[in-house]
Amino acid sequence: MKQFDYVRPATVTEAVAAAAQPGAAYLAAGTNLLDLMKGGVSRPDRLVDVTHLDGLDQIETLADGSLRIGALVSNADLAHDAEFARSYPAVAEALLSGASAQLRNAATVGGNLLQRTRCAYFYDTASRCNKRAPGSGCDARDGENRSHAVLGWSESCIATHPSDFCVPLVALGAIVEIEGRGGRREIALDELHRLPGEAPERESVLEPGDLIVAVRLPPAARGFAAHARYLKVRERTSYAFAVVSAAAALRIENGRIAEARLALGGVAAKPWRARAAEDVLKGMAPTADAFQEAASHALKGAKPSGDNAFKIELARRIVLRALTLAATGTPARIPALPASPFASISGALHV
Amino acid sequence: MNHSISLTVNGARRDFVLDDPRVTLLDLLRERLDLTGTKKGCDRGQCGACTILVDGKRINSCLALAISNDGADILTIEGLARGDQLHPVQAAFIAHDGFQCGFCTPGQIMSAIGMIGEGQAGNDPERVRECMSGNLCRCGAYVGIVDAVLEAQGQMDETNQRRSA
Repeated sequence: MKQFDYVRPATVTEAVAAAAQPGAAYLAAGTNLLDLMKGGVSRPDRLVDVTHLDGLDQIETLADGSLRIGALVSNADLAHDAEFARSYPAVAEALLSGASAQLRNAATVGGNLLQRTRCAYFYDTASRCNKRAPGSGCDARDGENRSHAVLGWSESCIATHPSDFCVPLVALGAIVEIEGRGGRREIALDELHRLPGEAPERESVLEPGDLIVAVRLPPAARGFAAHARYLKVRERTSYAFAVVSAAAALRIENGRIAEARLALGGVAAKPWRARAAEDVLKGMAPTADAFQEAASHALKGAKPSGDNAFKIELARRIVLRALTLAATGTPARIPALPASPFASISGALHV
Repeated sequence: MNHSISLTVNGARRDFVLDDPRVTLLDLLRERLDLTGTKKGCDRGQCGACTILVDGKRINSCLALAISNDGADILTIEGLARGDQLHPVQAAFIAHDGFQCGFCTPGQIMSAIGMIGEGQAGNDPERVRECMSGNLCRCGAYVGIVDAVLEAQGQMDETNQRRSA
């Protein structure tokens, strides 16, 4: 690991100033960053430790019915907050389907949003990677790429964003609060991550010094609690990233879908909200035919980036399945194996 | 630049001067305190052999910088037994053959104690397996591990009930 200076700011303002310097990086739990630094993938000159800042670890309901989650709330504390899990069950299920219990205890809300891709060529410093070393090329294009992107990719980069948490969040219209050199601003989570284009090294719209201080779920996000699921296909039963995942949330009134929310994970460089599919479902009865049509719309424009054509059909089926499960209703308790397509409501089978 | 930090490790306050901010909690425990029960397996957060409790919560100590955890209360495998009296989870691992080579065992035991404290698994073996999936056992002693965790959890629940009765 490269040598770095360690800075522990006392206030958010100090943190922003310290992190705005070239070569600086924020440190929260470090569950992804330390791994990247040990491998020489990330080489910051200065770590700005935000874990001792006050006021960033609260979960609070605001006067308008929004929920505000501080950036330093751990993934486990959020998922196990009973009121949170009742109101946003698909988000809790996504959180509990990710990583391991140890990592969820440490990893933070803000860090989850900004975690890096798990593309093996990004991690391997002997490989060419436009994201790690801009302009060097992309060894994933002709490499082992069955897990890579099928939506929104470019010739420069076919990596995916690995977060589970972000998938239901983007479906529910989450908002990200950012403190920067110019003060406080907010953007939709859907606008935080960038597609690779010609500059895959620029993964988000954040500027130097920008610090995510909170994530907010707008009042309308509570309206989907009765019909919300997250579904995730992975290559082993537990403690694995998604091959493909989907968050589906429905508001059903008088037997019709008043409003639908749908997003996909593991398919693109950002959590992929499928607005065209949501529009198709509005006003429809929650039938298999309607869900099938929505699934087709969700994958419109998808194309393989390598040996991963199977992911397109797999994603259609996961969307169909997630919508079907959401229509059936949110289970009273998150299944033993969260988000598993192999789990019954009563319990999952570890295979 | 030197950094002074203090930790509580297995009940005792320890002060350190770090001349390098790169040291992880895992390396601090093993190399500065000779607490080598906490194992370095993958050193990348994938195997769980380095699991310890920090402020009562189980984490991977290989992915935690010591300097960032200044002030934390740490419990390691060495802090469990009271003289010859083993912690219920330690005793249950022996009773159920919850290991073969033993390398992953300190991490398994610390993870199990953390899991029992979280109270999410109940007595459902499927939930125990899921909640323990961050600890790999290359010998494949999982059947004994799950039995041990379930038995120890039952005993600890009973003890807690007696205490509160």
